[in-house]
Amino acid sequence: MNNARSGENKNRRTTLLLSGLVVGMFGFGFALVPLYDLFCEVTGTQSLSQRKINPADLQVVKQVESDRWVTVKFDATVNPNLPWEFQATTRSMRVHPGKTYEVNFVARNRSGDAATGQAIPSVAPWQATPYFSKLECFCFNKQTLAGNQQTDMPLRFMVSPDLPADIQSLTLSYSFMRLKASKNKTDLSELLPQIAKQSATESTLPNR
Amino acid sequence: MTTTTLNHDEAHHHDMPTGWRRWLFSTNHKDIGTLYLLFALTMLFLGGASAMLIRLELFQPGIQLLDPDLYNNLVTNHALIMIFGAVMPAAAGLANWMIPMMIGAPDMALPRMNNLSFWILPAAATMLILSFIVPFFPGGGTQINTGWTLYPPLSVQVGMSMDFLIFAIHLLGISSVLASINIIVTLLNMRAPGMTLMTMPMFCWTWLVTAFLLILVVPVLAGGVTMLLFDRHFGTSFFDAAGGGDPVLFQHLFWFFGHPEVYILLLPSIGVLSHVIPAFSRKPLFGYKSMVGAMLTVATIGMVVWAHHQYTIGMSLGAVTYFMIGTILISIPVGLMIFNFIATMWRGAMTFETPMLFAVAIVLMFTFGGLSGVMLAVVPADMQYHDSMFVVAHFHYVLMPGAVFGLFAGVFYWLPKWTGHMYDETLGKIFFWTNVIGFNITFFPQHFLGLAGMPRRIVDYNMMFTEFNVISSIGAIIFGLSHLLLLYIVIKTIRGGKKAESRAWEGAKGLEWELDSPPAFHTWTVAPQIK
Ligand code: HEM
Ligand SMILES: [Cu+2]
Repeated sequence: MNNARSGENKNRRTTLLLSGLVVGMFGFGFALVPLYDLFCEVTGTQSLSQRKINPADLQVVKQVESDRWVTVKFDATVNPNLPWEFQATTRSMRVHPGKTYEVNFVARNRSGDAATGQAIPSVAPWQATPYFSKLECFCFNKQTLAGNQQTDMPLRFMVSPDLPADIQSLTLSYSFMRLKASKNKTDLSELLPQIAKQSATESTLPNR
Repeated sequence: MTTTTLNHDEAHHHDMPTGWRRWLFSTNHKDIGTLYLLFALTMLFLGGASAMLIRLELFQPGIQLLDPDLYNNLVTNHALIMIFGAVMPAAAGLANWMIPMMIGAPDMALPRMNNLSFWILPAAATMLILSFIVPFFPGGGTQINTGWTLYPPLSVQVGMSMDFLIFAIHLLGISSVLASINIIVTLLNMRAPGMTLMTMPMFCWTWLVTAFLLILVVPVLAGGVTMLLFDRHFGTSFFDAAGGGDPVLFQHLFWFFGHPEVYILLLPSIGVLSHVIPAFSRKPLFGYKSMVGAMLTVATIGMVVWAHHQYTIGMSLGAVTYFMIGTILISIPVGLMIFNFIATMWRGAMTFETPMLFAVAIVLMFTFGGLSGVMLAVVPADMQYHDSMFVVAHFHYVLMPGAVFGLFAGVFYWLPKWTGHMYDETLGKIFFWTNVIGFNITFFPQHFLGLAGMPRRIVDYNMMFTEFNVISSIGAIIFGLSHLLLLYIVIKTIRGGKKAESRAWEGAKGLEWELDSPPAFHTWTVAPQIK
């Protein structure tokens, strides 16, 4: 049936094909990085909080629900790449949906060098994200602190009366990230401000 | 037809080499199979030791023996050693020993590569063990406290032991990819004349599918940990949010590998069962074709349901629904395999030697693990069970029976063939009962712990969980120690015992039983003719 030669050739061919598959799958792993972005963008599967809610609906001034209380907690963290301290002066407050409130955060540069950062907000539980509107926020812009500078960072917000009734408490969390010319293909300094704005009505994290 | 001369080179191979050269330079599938199995046995004890420490710590609430980082380091190390060091090499050892003998081939198709794929393993294991101990040396950095899933951002922040681990994973991946290529080439090209794909033994089929799965997913894991390495040292931000990366991307890459990996661990043992159950029921395997079909279905759907490990990351409703339905669908072909095993036993003339005892235990206990799997697959339920001890109970109920007990069954079934001696049946049965009872005492209570809310991967726990944890730890001592008996039985059988016949088991079918026990160094140098 087979002789040694053709048997060996056959083995070599199969081996080559399979090795090709291995190399291909290794490449596929890396191809998944952009594919994943693309997939999430097209289908919007990334986040449950990315509901199609018309931002205009939320901006419309609605009745203040003065008999309903919602607890809002504030959380502040700094990414290790930024030598800053960052704190919420108010830990938690009780608010009426539909009414506008103001709170202050404090940031201090612990190092002697100026640095620029951007705060990325996120809301927990995620279901509440679309109902938390930031009317004015330090997170809309880059923030630059000179060496050892300390500054107040104000936030004006409103919880929408449309907030589902079973949510009685929510947490707004900020992480400050350093802005720098990114070595990666995505330039963060362009991305972040845009994310922060979007997040008034949408998911709080970029698609990647 | 005439005999094949495929083995031309092998035929006038110099005489069997002796001493350390026999093992280090071995290109003989039987010797390499033995090496794989001994390596796996060693790793089983190492991984077992870390598990015993974990259970000792959990014997009481509070922190007794281990500080939290060391605890999590042990958890990481235990999983990686068991999966990559014990189960996968043991399955590869069975494949090396049995596949050429089962299909009438003189050896594996690529004997030199076979040598390489084994000898990479000790190097990989060294790296893996180093990743555990390096933090204890001055300047060694922090311990790996991520668990085997290596999620960033934690895995980006861990000290240099993570680099050892990443390198170990690369080596382990290369080893198993090379072994898989070899197995596929052997199965496709080296079958005895007359043996078609649809008549080859089921163990060969399970390994064919396993090897393809390995080739498809291991490179993706390699890519994922490579990106991790780049994030750690070369300033990229694949996973670092501060640089525009996404930690969830790593989870997708990991589970794209991780879910098919569970079938990689399972299928070779399903293959073993497909030989053990017919042999001791004295009936042919029920539904050969449906078995092959079920396996291919499991492998295919299994490639696209990985995100059931990530329900809680906040995917859209559409996405979680898809992953839920896909996951639940898999239980249908898996159930079919179990059904085929039961139908094979049905009205068979069954006897219960140790391999068969393990087989029956697997059918019962693996099914149980599959049931808790279906519970976990349901999104709203998993929101509560995720990362609890319930998940730990689930995967030990599928992995111990589904993978490890299957390998035990295979070892007991083929040990007479390999060594030429029958093992001590009484000791085998004692091992079976202590092992299986110990296993159930250890892991059954963990279901309750998980349902009551005890999280996994945490060194301490609430007082209210004490009772079940005590039971579990006592079970673990029985379970762990029972493996010393396994070691004793194996050594005893290698050194002597009742002479095994060629067909060591009365009901055993297949080409491997036509060879002497133990088989000659080179077998099937003339391919058998299959009618
Ligand atoms: C009917 C079949 C199965 C279903 C529906 C199923 C479902 C699941 C689900 C949904 C999870 C994620 C739980 C969580 O983290 O919240 C899970 C975890 C796991 N399953 Fe299964 N499973 C099945 C069979 C298997 C089999 C056959 C194996 C291995 C032989 C296995 C091994 C594992 C492992 C190792 C984990 C935990 C991974 C980790 O988080 O470390 N499962 N399973
Ligand atoms: Cu899975």
